[in-house]
Amino acid sequence: MKDFRAEVIKNIPPSGIRAFFELVIGMEDVISLGVGEPDFVTPWHICEAAIYSVEKGATSYTSNLGLLELREKIADYLCRKFDVSYEPKKEILITVGASEAIDLAFRAICNPGDEVIIFDPSYVAYVPIVTLAGGKPVVISMVEGDDIIFDVNKVRENITNNTKAIFINYPNNPTGKSFSRDELIQIAEVADEFDLLVVSDEIYGELTYDYNHVSFPSLPGMKERTILISGFSKAFAMTGWRIGYAAAPNYIIEAMMKIHQYSILCAPIASQIAAVEALNRGEKDMRLMRKEYHKRRNVIVDGFNKIGLPCPHPEGAFYAFPSIKRLPFTSEEFCHTLLKEENVAVVPGTAFGKSGEGFIRCAYAASMENIKAALTRIESFLKRRGLNVSG
Amino acid sequence: MKDELHLKREILEILSVDCTKTASEIAVMLNQSEETVSLLIRQMEKDKTILAYRAVVNRQKVESTKTQCIIEVTCSPQRGVGFDAIAQRIYKFPEVRSLFLISGGFDLLLIVEGETMKDICFFVAEKLATLDHVKGTSTHFLLKRYKEDGFILEDGEKEQRLAITP
Ligand SMILES: Cc1ncc(COP(=O)(O)O)c(C=O)c1O
Repeated sequence: MKDFRAEVIKNIPPSGIRAFFELVIGMEDVISLGVGEPDFVTPWHICEAAIYSVEKGATSYTSNLGLLELREKIADYLCRKFDVSYEPKKEILITVGASEAIDLAFRAICNPGDEVIIFDPSYVAYVPIVTLAGGKPVVISMVEGDDIIFDVNKVRENITNNTKAIFINYPNNPTGKSFSRDELIQIAEVADEFDLLVVSDEIYGELTYDYNHVSFPSLPGMKERTILISGFSKAFAMTGWRIGYAAAPNYIIEAMMKIHQYSILCAPIASQIAAVEALNRGEKDMRLMRKEYHKRRNVIVDGFNKIGLPCPHPEGAFYAFPSIKRLPFTSEEFCHTLLKEENVAVVPGTAFGKSGEGFIRCAYAASMENIKAALTRIESFLKRRGLNVSG
Repeated sequence: MKDELHLKREILEILSVDCTKTASEIAVMLNQSEETVSLLIRQMEKDKTILAYRAVVNRQKVESTKTQCIIEVTCSPQRGVGFDAIAQRIYKFPEVRSLFLISGGFDLLLIVEGETMKDICFFVAEKLATLDHVKGTSTHFLLKRYKEDGFILEDGEKEQRLAITP
């Protein structure tokens, strides 16, 4: 029999995260800093609102675009928080997680061969999704030594006649880095100059610790060039509910809708109702969680710097991305050996792209106790090999 | 000083969750110097903002025989001192763990602890109910604890997340 799989699928490499996950399952007593989702459970009043709605018979489809009430709440929220206004009836689409919104965005905009600029390292799904949509990922490394640096010239150098979009994610998974307003303005200028679209994944927008998040479409002239992607997974600890959204100019939302209406129909109604509750009364919970992440951020960054694994300063999300370049290991070797010897799981930077080599992603969506215990174990791992820095 | 008050609140928030956190740990969390944090903690100990450091205990685990009850008390306020004088009379009893003035159908709410039920009955009948100005009491014995000081006491829901996710 022949191999029935499509070529494009055969050529997509297996996920580095998945491979590492296979190693960890079955192991006991692992402290995992490998989990890319909140360690908080969804605030109870949000769960309760969904339970109540199911009891009251909310078990049907919703409009393809999603519940109007939810779209209105999102529009209101985006306006209030990030000073950008979207028309809920025309410019917002509720999706099954930000993941679906990303998929729709590129399927809606990519002609075969259209180039999409992606910063490396990047969230694991970006390159595959753009590829599956028929686009061509053009990957730009942000790594300089032990640091993650944005350099607009690298973007300019990689623009061709085929460039269609720049795909940004800030605060960033896996690095925790964000963009300052200045850096965003530089991106906006390039988008303007070369007539490009910007797909902006701001799912960690609420989780910033050092300055206020600036939403890309809020920059002058950018709303018309932006597909804003976000969701409830991170800020409201709602990963399992699978609710995200896209906000964009009407003709793009319509294009995304064409795919969504046939492949998904609509996001689950109970989850949409939970999301309404999150926006109605969940901001206090969100602030408390953010405060907790902020403290943990300070602890983990301080910890890594002290043991001589310098961290690019993570302004947001819940990831630290320390460099292990001074050690005689590749990222993979380091993570495997650390797991075997110390039962600590961290994810090799290479799971997020080539330029992640020499880094490890450590999620601090973990209890303070676990963060400290993990740091202690990593330190003794280094000490045993004489690789600690004496201080 | 608004900043100092803010910082004190942040420190208290951390200590109220976990009083074993050291000044240096708190300093890192809040991005402050250890000296500042130590100083503020000492100040708050001195001025009795911080009253004690203690463990939150799930007594059901150690089969504590101690009995607790909640007592609602109605009493008549006194001219000039309101409920303060009677409250003082009551809170001096060591059996009284907590005492609150509340609004609604009665006036004072007590949490009372004794070695046995008999001790508590004795306290209510002989001490509390006989006080001048106490007009009536209603005693509720505590049968089972579900949540204590923010902690759910049932053996918890276990971690549902996968060990590694993107
Ligand atoms: C940058 C980024 N975008 C999107 C997602 C997916 O989010 P959702 O749960 O809304 O699909 C994640 C999840 O880890 C992420 O880190």
